[in-house]
Amino acid sequence: MRTVIFRSIAPYLTSLMVLFSIFVLLRGHNLPGGGFIGGLIAASALAIYGIACGVAPVRRAIHFHPMAISAFGLFLGAGAGVLSVFASVPFMTGLWTYPTLFGVELALSSVLVFDIGVYLVVVGAIASIALALEERDRD
Amino acid sequence: MAGKTAGLEDLSVAYVTEPVAAADWLIVAPVALCLLVGSVLLMLRKDTRLQPLIAIPALMVLSAMTLGLLWHVLANGTVTMTMGRWLPPFGISFTVDPLSAFFAATSSLVALAAGVYGRSDIDHSGRRYGFYPFLLLIMAGVIGAFLTGDVFNLYVWFEVLLISSFGLLVLGSERGQLDGGVKYAFLNLVATTLFLIATGYLYGLFGTLNMADIAVKASELRGTAPLMTLVTLFLLAFAMKAAAFPVNFWLPASYHTPRLVVSALFAGLLTKVGIYALLRVLGMLFPIEREELSFIIAIAAALTMVLGVMGALAQNDIRRALGFLVVSGIGVMMAGLALGSPAGFSGAIFYAAHSMVVMTALYFAIGIGVSLGGNFRLSEAGGLYARNAMLAFVTLMLFLSVSGLPPFSGFWPKVMLVKASLDIGAWWLAAAILVTGLLTTITVGRIWALAYWRPAGEGAASAAAGSAPGSAAGSAPAGAIAALFGLVALSVAAGVWPEPVLVLSQDAARGLIDPSAYVLSVFPGEAAQ
Amino acid sequence: MEPVFAILVGALFTVSIYLFMSKHIIRVLMGAAILSNAVNLLIFTAGRITREVPPIIGPGVDTLSASAANPLPQALVLTAIVIAFSFFAFLLVLGYRAFQKLGTDNSDEMRVAEPVNEPAPPLGY
Repeated sequence: MRTVIFRSIAPYLTSLMVLFSIFVLLRGHNLPGGGFIGGLIAASALAIYGIACGVAPVRRAIHFHPMAISAFGLFLGAGAGVLSVFASVPFMTGLWTYPTLFGVELALSSVLVFDIGVYLVVVGAIASIALALEERDRD
Repeated sequence: MAGKTAGLEDLSVAYVTEPVAAADWLIVAPVALCLLVGSVLLMLRKDTRLQPLIAIPALMVLSAMTLGLLWHVLANGTVTMTMGRWLPPFGISFTVDPLSAFFAATSSLVALAAGVYGRSDIDHSGRRYGFYPFLLLIMAGVIGAFLTGDVFNLYVWFEVLLISSFGLLVLGSERGQLDGGVKYAFLNLVATTLFLIATGYLYGLFGTLNMADIAVKASELRGTAPLMTLVTLFLLAFAMKAAAFPVNFWLPASYHTPRLVVSALFAGLLTKVGIYALLRVLGMLFPIEREELSFIIAIAAALTMVLGVMGALAQNDIRRALGFLVVSGIGVMMAGLALGSPAGFSGAIFYAAHSMVVMTALYFAIGIGVSLGGNFRLSEAGGLYARNAMLAFVTLMLFLSVSGLPPFSGFWPKVMLVKASLDIGAWWLAAAILVTGLLTTITVGRIWALAYWRPAGEGAASAAAGSAPGSAAGSAPAGAIAALFGLVALSVAAGVWPEPVLVLSQDAARGLIDPSAYVLSVFPGEAAQ
Repeated sequence: MEPVFAILVGALFTVSIYLFMSKHIIRVLMGAAILSNAVNLLIFTAGRITREVPPIIGPGVDTLSASAANPLPQALVLTAIVIAFSFFAFLLVLGYRAFQKLGTDNSDEMRVAEPVNEPAPPLGY
């Protein structure tokens, strides 16, 4: 699999896919998309990078251990649910705020935080399994 | 954008509108705490020194929360919180009745003991592989399963605890662990898939997955063939989880392979989640179908307890014998389920709580014995009484508690179950419980005589010398002793002063037999009907 | 449509149960993958099958149209897919590790945890 063409294309392909995954994540509230599918796209981007350039560069590139990324996602997800304690509504209720930044109204919500959490959980979990399997392939 | 249009429609048709009281946050707080702390620990998994320092206080808070929840439920009756404010049955509800709260409180105390014990049992590599993160996550699964009021959500919590239990089971990836892990993982996969199939059928039949909603609607579908199929599937799936006789083989194949504290935790908690699900789904949601199946359940129960203890009799490895004793205990709880009377249910609930505490404590006691220079193999063990008489006494107390002899906690539920069986004329079920007690006494008596009472030299001399792993005599760590003594104190307290536990389990059983309080808690508007 | 789906679900169950009978872990793994698909299809079928009307509430409307697909089984199936997927990935790694360490994928030969020649416990001392 490690042809010159693949190796030169892979970094661009990976960055494009990660970018696309974030796009899919952010449009997910009202349109098809969301954290899970975005996370899958990002994880497959990392897997492609791993196939092309080896596992060690991927681990360097994402800096944190995949399980730690996953854990942070879980923390965000559970934390987004706990936020509703301050509004005295039940656990996991979506809370919305509409700040205006540079003249553009942004719709921020605890739902988005939860979705980012899901995204990170999926990226971390799938990437750690994919990397573990890719590592084994070579020995 | 939910918030923007808030003023336009009448939200009370879709939303829970009244603000949530602070005390009701206790309903989800245990699960949220486990998930948050578990994820923090997973991020910190390299820092093995810090992990117990975070995990043990978190488990203390967890115990305080679940005890608080128990107190709240006993004071105010069944409580419900529905996720995301959507009115049930559309939102996922957490509904806590005395049964849920009782099991949640007991299991978090057991987990606290395991956390304290794990400080000394899990070495640095084991801790780095993530004992404490997985401990917290498995508790999220266990407590979530106890508290949830939605069948599909119950399935999700089962999976959470199962995947964390895989992580714990292969902690260290030794040969035996991988071997046991393969069998554990595949057979549990089959069990959860059966559960999922049953859930799919349940949704197809009822169009709802909320337990309270099902309890209301089940009466309309009474006696139809699809419902019977469904309940049988649930029985098979949960019996497999609980390791009842014809589908129990994953348990003795795997429970002796992981680290001792992991075995202790599994023996204490995991099978009891299956029993809880059986009580909740068969006992509360489908009582008529349970009645029809009761003869089959009773036969399975009798076979489970007798064959379980016979398996234990045949083992040379103490941990494997304990695994079979766990199976045998499941049979006793199943007998309570088969009886279906208030006494039967409360006996099963009492026995489940007893078994959570005592089986975990027993694994701890054996583990401490081995760290004092004992041996897991009966043929080579010996001399522990001479080394530490106090430990030998405590272990003997636990052994007698398992076999159900009077001054300890195993006695009362067995009396209740025997009496309940005799009341309906099921003398053979009562006989099975009594024979199991006798055989258990023989099993544990032999383990105690060989591993504790026998002088050290005699066993080791007959075996190949030097093959025993880790038999260098050491002293038991204070944390491990404290964890053991804490659990033993619970067991002894429940034995000599059973009144509170008895009242509690009768309360819980009443909630199962008459789910109206449960339904009313989820649907306050239906009080008129 | 339901009878067709019911037969398909039945066929998938048959295949997966047949594979589960095998002694070889890798075939059981294949069976697990097919089993999870069978169950997902079952849940999907149980929740009423309709054609091509996504359960999305359009602008200016408050409720779903009556012909829209039932969103709940879709949510259940999505959850079940995620769980089955992570389960399968874990089992794959576990099976592979077990094959590496134990040198076999035949479950009959996996007797490390339960040795065949385990002696009986002593009867006395």
